[in-house]
Parts: sequence; structure tokens; C-alpha cells
Amino acid sequence: MRAVRFWGTRGSLPVALDASGVRAKIVAALRGAAGRDLGSDEAIDAYVDALPFDVRATFGGNTSCVEMITGEAEHVVCDLGSGLRPFGSAMLAQHGASSPQTYHLFVSHLHWDHIMGLPFFGPAYIPGNRLVFYGGHDTLESALRRQMEPPSFPVPFGTFGASIEFVHLAPDVMHDVAGMRVQLKRQHHAGDSYGYRFEKNGRVVIYSTDSEHKLAEPDERPAFAEFFRGADLVIFDAMYSLAEATSVKADWGHSSNIVGVELCQAARAKELCLFHHEPALDDAALAKMLAETRRFEEITRGSATPLRISTAYDGLEITL
Amino acid sequence: MQFASCRFGNVAVAMPSGRLDHTVAADFEAALMPLAGDVRHAGIVLDLARVDYLSSVSLRVLMLAAKATHARKARIAAVALQPIVAEIFAISRFDSVFEMFPSLAVALSAMSPDARAAYDTSVAASG
Repeated sequence: MRAVRFWGTRGSLPVALDASGVRAKIVAALRGAAGRDLGSDEAIDAYVDALPFDVRATFGGNTSCVEMITGEAEHVVCDLGSGLRPFGSAMLAQHGASSPQTYHLFVSHLHWDHIMGLPFFGPAYIPGNRLVFYGGHDTLESALRRQMEPPSFPVPFGTFGASIEFVHLAPDVMHDVAGMRVQLKRQHHAGDSYGYRFEKNGRVVIYSTDSEHKLAEPDERPAFAEFFRGADLVIFDAMYSLAEATSVKADWGHSSNIVGVELCQAARAKELCLFHHEPALDDAALAKMLAETRRFEEITRGSATPLRISTAYDGLEITL
Repeated sequence: MQFASCRFGNVAVAMPSGRLDHTVAADFEAALMPLAGDVRHAGIVLDLARVDYLSSVSLRVLMLAAKATHARKARIAAVALQPIVAEIFAISRFDSVFEMFPSLAVALSAMSPDARAAYDTSVAASG
């Protein structure tokens, strides 16, 4: 396992930066430029690169899609959210249509935001490609076919030119898939979701999204600490604040940055990446959450090794 | 964890102390919830001056107390937070759940003049 690349990081539904949001960033950048010598391209680049991320960029709005870069020729992806469309476009640009590719596609659960990108996944329409879908739900195949039936979508699933396979994976046991050791864990979410633990060449990545952590259940904390144990990277559903997750949005199936830090500390994980961002949060709010989460880790660390904290954005690549 | 409580007028004051982590959350819940559910209390004040740390599980207990108190149209406040605990409240957004006051005296003044008067009497008697 070499790296993880994020193609979609938003929860629930895609969002886009609108005109007022773009304008606000331009205004903030221009205000900061006042009095500076920006007379060369190099000076402009240096100035822009030094701006805060939420001013110079955006976290993005595609729904869940994360690529595991394993170092092998075959591709590994978690979830089929709208981020699967740009991933597919990048694969076609890189490999063309005449070089058969294999895609291993792991699905956390079957809610719309986690499967909506599949009808727009270009490689699926190309004969010679191979798509293997993995998941813990018995209804994985029917859910993927159903979203492409009339009146929901004009192109039926059967139009795919690639070969299609479905593999059901039982939770709590190790599977050998695509050169990796893979373990699933059932999570609290409407209709269930499954977290994934990927192990390869001594590296461990956890993909745990759409997972509510029930603080009243004493077995929950040690069970997830064990599932996350020693991970190099934990991709974690931090959609809500802890106050929201324990009050008005209790039982909505999501978790918080606070619980993410606590579980990663208990698991002695190396890095926590906040994921599945609330669609209502703008770039400034997400940047603030990252800073606050880093501070929470700092004040709760004690004598333990620091836990790195990052937050996912569309296009982020984390080297393991 | 240690837990003490007292009452000024119709306001109950809960005074936990120490680290409120997952190992003591059940005891904390057992101590706090009877106060939150007691209809004699028009207000609950959490005096957190001696709390060093709150984990998510203990914050959940505070949320349960807030829900129980709000459900019976009573008020609940947190006071005298140490700087680290104040940061945890802010990061977790629990500072939007509770009325926040710098001290017990200020909270009692805001919640009930009778409670503040009882508190002043108590302070004068002990001083």
C-alpha cells in the first residue's frame, strides 16, 4: 500500500462552490495582496500557495470515493459516490480505452450518495475492463441495478460493456483480495454499513464512513479500537459535531471529530483523516474544524505519540 | 471522579471533580441524572471548576442531563470551566447546549434571584 487518493469526500449529497463563494475567496485573496509586489508569475504563485487552504482552494463536493494506491496494476476503490466519475475519467485518460483494466470496488453501504457515481463511471462501459464489486450487503447487486432502471436512469445496468462480478464478504474475518488482506466490520447506520481494514506490505488503512458510535454501549469503544489498531491511516466519518451527534442528529448514523480522535488514540493509529463532510459546511467551517481537531488531539494526547490529523478534500493524496 | 451537590433555593448545583473519562461515565451519569430529573429544581448548575478533562462519553452524560432538564422546561448551565475544559466544550459545540457563565454566583443571579440570595447567605455564614 503506497498512498490513498480522495476523489469524493462530501457526505449525503454532492455540493458545489457557488458564485458568491468564489467571489468571497477572490476578495479575501486580493485584500491580502494589497501592498505586495506581485510583479512576476513566481511571486504570484508563491503568494497564492501561501494563502490558507480555504481561501486558495476548496474541499470539494463529490460524494464518497477513495482510491487505494496499492502499487499493483489493478485498481482499488472504496465507494461509488459521485467522485467515481472523475476517477473514471482519470483512468481513461491514463490508460485509454484499449488497455483492459481491473477495478476492485469496495462498497460501504447502499445509500444513494455511495453508489450514485457508478452510472457515470466511464470504464464500466468499455469491453475488456473488469469490475469486481465487494460488500457486506446481500442486496449489493440489486441496489446497483435498481438505480439504473427507469424512471431513475435512462441507461440500464446491462449496457455496461465491462465484465461484472459481485463478491459478498463476511465481516470479522480476513479475506485475501487484490493482493491485500481485507477485513469488514459492521457499523451503526440505517440498513448497516461496513468499515474496511486494508493491510498490505505492513501498511494498514481503515475506511470507516457512515458509522455512528454509540457512546452508551461499553463494548463499542474497545471493538473499534481493535479494528483500527495500529493503522497508518484512519479515514473517519466526522460529519457532525459531538453535540449534534448526541442530540438532534442522534441515530442519523454519523460520528464526530471528537470520537475520531479518541478512537485513534486508543488504537494508537498514526493518522486520522476527517471524512464525509457535512454538505452545509463551507470551506471556512471545514478549515476551522481541522484546526480545532488538531487542538483537541494536542490537549488530550498526554504522553502518547502525536496523532496526525488531516481532513480530506477532493484531490488530496496521502502517502503512507 | 468525585461528585458533590447542593441546593440554593430552587437551583441544584452539581460539583463533579477529576477526570471524567469513559471509566467513570456510568458513575457520573448515576450521580447527575437524579438532579436533572428532579422537578423541584427549576435550574441545574454544573460547577466544573474541579474537572480536569471530559471525554466524549461523559459529554454524552451532560447531554442527557440537558435533554432531561430542557424536557421539563428547566434551565441548565455550566460554570467555572478550566481552560482545557472550556476548549473541549467549544470544540464539541457543547457550549451551544448549555448556558455558560464564568462563576456559580453569576449563574445563580441569572437563573433565580432567590437562589442567588440563598447562595449569598451561605457564603456570608461560612465566611
